[in-house]
Amino acid sequence: MRPTAARLLNILVPIKRQVRTVDYAVKIRVNPDQKGIDLNVKHSMNPFDEIAVEEAVKLRERLKDKVKSIKVVTIGPPKSLETLRTALAMGADSGIHVELAEGAPPPEPLGIAKALRAVIAHEQDGVDLVIMGKQAIDDDAGQTGQMLAGLMDWAQATFASKVEVDTEKKEASVTREIDGGLEELRCRLPLVVTTDLRGRRLTASVEPRYASLPNIMKAKKKQIVKLSPEYLQVDLTPRLETLKVTEPAKRQGGAKVASVDELIAKLKEAGIKPVAS
Amino acid sequence: PHALVFLEHRAGMIDSGSLSALTAAQQLGGQVTGLVVGGPDEVKGVVEKAKKLKGLSALLHSTSSQYAAPIPETVSPLLEKLLSSGAPFTHVVSSHSSSAKSLLPRVAARLDLPAVSDITSVEHDSSDNSTTFTRPIYAGNAIATVRAPPSVPIKFFTVRSTAFSAAPEQDSQVEDTSVDPIEVSSPPSQHVRTDLTKSDRPELGVASRVVSGGRALKNAETFNATLEPLADILGAAIGASRAAVDAGYADNSLQVGQTGKVVAPELYMAIGISGAIQHLAGMKDSKMIVAINKDPDAPIFQVADAGLVADLYEAVPELVEKLKAQ
Repeated sequence: MRPTAARLLNILVPIKRQVRTVDYAVKIRVNPDQKGIDLNVKHSMNPFDEIAVEEAVKLRERLKDKVKSIKVVTIGPPKSLETLRTALAMGADSGIHVELAEGAPPPEPLGIAKALRAVIAHEQDGVDLVIMGKQAIDDDAGQTGQMLAGLMDWAQATFASKVEVDTEKKEASVTREIDGGLEELRCRLPLVVTTDLRGRRLTASVEPRYASLPNIMKAKKKQIVKLSPEYLQVDLTPRLETLKVTEPAKRQGGAKVASVDELIAKLKEAGIKPVAS
Repeated sequence: PHALVFLEHRAGMIDSGSLSALTAAQQLGGQVTGLVVGGPDEVKGVVEKAKKLKGLSALLHSTSSQYAAPIPETVSPLLEKLLSSGAPFTHVVSSHSSSAKSLLPRVAARLDLPAVSDITSVEHDSSDNSTTFTRPIYAGNAIATVRAPPSVPIKFFTVRSTAFSAAPEQDSQVEDTSVDPIEVSSPPSQHVRTDLTKSDRPELGVASRVVSGGRALKNAETFNATLEPLADILGAAIGASRAAVDAGYADNSLQVGQTGKVVAPELYMAIGISGAIQHLAGMKDSKMIVAINKDPDAPIFQVADAGLVADLYEAVPELVEKLKAQ
């Protein structure tokens, strides 16, 4: 039998290093100058991106050597390198660091999408599948995947909870989380997938699970290529202006009731009645 | 200003989130054109309803079998055409629904424009054509005030439904205009099927009453056994904290919080929920908040209108019994 002519799958996983608002130990404090939050707290990988890395690794477990490469890419300041190493310890093959100057303004989703487009254009073997988090939980924008798909004119499958790839047919079957239920799409490759949560833990970082010594040692030997926005010829200057960052309005609460009867009286007072059963 | 509002619909009804988006669009202070896209058997009925919406100055609609299950790859070309040079629109507005937030950023990027997600207020300055928004960031731990300057010719934004009331109907009607669809030959994605969760309960995002459970519910079985009778007697939707979802007690679609559903019902009952800020971000605009938790120091009590420090396994059944007896 002739070897299959199907092109092998090259996967790119964009990741972001950020303040993890889901970690109970991380306290978010708005700076008194109203320019942002106190960033002097623990940073680590956006948890939705962890799910994306894990999904790419699981795809390889299923598709074996039909997955030719899993590359992770991050666009951020020098310390983002640590997050790339974490992803490499989780099973990605190599990394790309588009390094931004320390203290540079955080790029917007459109800028990141353009940088990713340029990264893809520089990939000699091409990219067939991009898997990334549905949103970063610092700016909570949730736009980058859709923007990248739009710029590339590729298929997109947002808020995915399940991805199956058929490398021969060059298509993917994706189950998406939509309002009120689930939706299944069949998408032609190349494709951008953004990951949702179903069946996964978001609160606990995956790091401890992968931080075994052999994995860390292996990750240290994996290649990381450093690129710059200038080299990629992308302009990451924000187009929107952040005028200020403030504390959310506090809700007035704190009233207690001593018993279920008192609670029922309060509900009655508010006009809340049980429905006829 | 002239806003184009993407009006979503399901089973012949306009989504309540789109009605809130329409209210936000009106606050720009200019003209508001609605856009309805859909399959051949849906659009006519939806257009009849949409024509009566207060605040619309015009209505566009486009019908194609490709729009029956709206996929960004097939709907995007229509929006790109409507927004191409010479178009009157200064803003593109939608709800922050799963389908609109998949579509708008794609269209924006193709027009080389940024987008602003999940806004809670909007203010337009006609003198210099800039628009200022507020939106929650860091899982609701902070509020950013963001300005789209005049250099952004068309401003895209999605609207947090709980921050704007739904636009009502009125007696008069606006003119509707049909727009030719743009058929995409061989679209890269095909809709295979949609499975909506069948439930006799109201949908979480729009329910007037919500009963939510947290990690203290122990497991999926006790989660359901404890909360269902209470939700039944109150006619409430069931929600969950992320801790409960992460632990597998409840489905992801029930998650209330910044990365899940944002709700603002008449009554929100938090059962065994400690009240992490990301959960509060998803429910603190509720009209009345009730909390039942055995830890008197749980942060949920700081936002509750009626907090009961009690063992939920005793208090909830007692509450159900006494509500039944009413």
